[in-house]
Amino acid sequence: MKFLLTLYLFATFFVGLGSAQERPYFVTYSSDMEEPGNLEVSVKTLQASPKFANSFVSQTLELEYGATAWWTSEVYLSGQGTSSDSTIFTGYRWENRFRPLFREHFINPVLYIEYENLSADRSLLEIVGNDSIADLRIPNGVARRDIERELELKLILGSDFRGWNVSENFIAEKNLIEPEPWEFGYALGVSRPLQLAAGRKDCVFCRENFSVGAELYGGLGTLDSFGLKATSHYAGPAVAFNIPRGPTISFSPNFGLNDNSVGVIYRFNISYEFQQIFRRHSR
Amino acid sequence: MPRREPANSSSSALRFAAFTAVFLSCALLAFAAADGAWLRNVPARDHEKTNPYHDQQDAVEAGHRVFEDHCAPCHGNDAQGTSAKRPSLRSQRIQNDATEGDLHWLIFNGNLRKGMPSWAKLGDAQIWQVITYLKSLKISVDAKESSSTTRTDN
Repeated sequence: MKFLLTLYLFATFFVGLGSAQERPYFVTYSSDMEEPGNLEVSVKTLQASPKFANSFVSQTLELEYGATAWWTSEVYLSGQGTSSDSTIFTGYRWENRFRPLFREHFINPVLYIEYENLSADRSLLEIVGNDSIADLRIPNGVARRDIERELELKLILGSDFRGWNVSENFIAEKNLIEPEPWEFGYALGVSRPLQLAAGRKDCVFCRENFSVGAELYGGLGTLDSFGLKATSHYAGPAVAFNIPRGPTISFSPNFGLNDNSVGVIYRFNISYEFQQIFRRHSR
Repeated sequence: MPRREPANSSSSALRFAAFTAVFLSCALLAFAAADGAWLRNVPARDHEKTNPYHDQQDAVEAGHRVFEDHCAPCHGNDAQGTSAKRPSLRSQRIQNDATEGDLHWLIFNGNLRKGMPSWAKLGDAQIWQVITYLKSLKISVDAKESSSTTRTDN
């Protein structure tokens, strides 16, 4: 956790050096790619108090780099602290997103591939298979023994229409160590800026700097037991505040939709975009 | 068996230089041709699109703000380009050859093979505002681009 705290302080030190134009999603990916040469640093925080379990806070540091205009690469470092238990580093993810089509269409696909090495992770960055509240009741000491090395694939579909963004993710995950079946999940998001046109003058609290939306996500079981039952589902509103030439701050309360879900989880994100980090202007 | 004559070193060097010159010329021509190829790919429907903010001073100022946030890191604060791959937006091609509809198509779709991302996420309104700002700029001979740039009086 100290490591994450240090990185968090490092990130906050650079406030004002860049700006991010973010959609208010926490789980859903849109078809937007990181601009080539830009590095976005995000700290995602999640807090939840599951029924019959200790409350916890999870933090994830996300480093997203635009390798090209059609390829974005990301690294996640995650940790969590559970009350009356322990605070631990839970592992890392490395993902790559590719745009196979080089022009905008009504529906824009993006292919996503990720390798993750996690144990006792509670970042809930995706829900797959039969993920449920029961997983969150396992003490950290026990959960840490189960190291998950997994391959995750996503098909991301995104559409922009009259300022509205609609994004759909279909997730497939496979444990590379244990002989477990493929697990599936989904995430859907809808969002829109409060104002589409930019104003003449700089202002912080203008409507154009706010985006609002909603997310719905959950598991779809496994290859052996595909379906919406015996897994968790969440939905909730989300808002993002893009501070001009500063960070983007996002917040979303997510509400569990069945008995397998946590009642409410609170998500908070702060991100900064460092533009053209490996190149300095000649002018 | 007849003995093979050793190659004349000066003629070999000449041939190599000629080959290199031809190769580089072809590469340069191909690059220059490809650099403006996007303009030929714009569908007629997009080419003829009109800018709802055309010549509006408010849109010039708003477009300037959007430009500074999203375009200037690559194209420079003065839009004169920072390298051949991040070219000037004050060029003959952008200022005179391309219609506002062409520029909307380019910004909306990007030119992903050349490193220009899609800016569809900005939405139509902000894209048109940026175009209004770009069209308010003057052509500059000081611009960095791979093709020739022409100076005009206005």
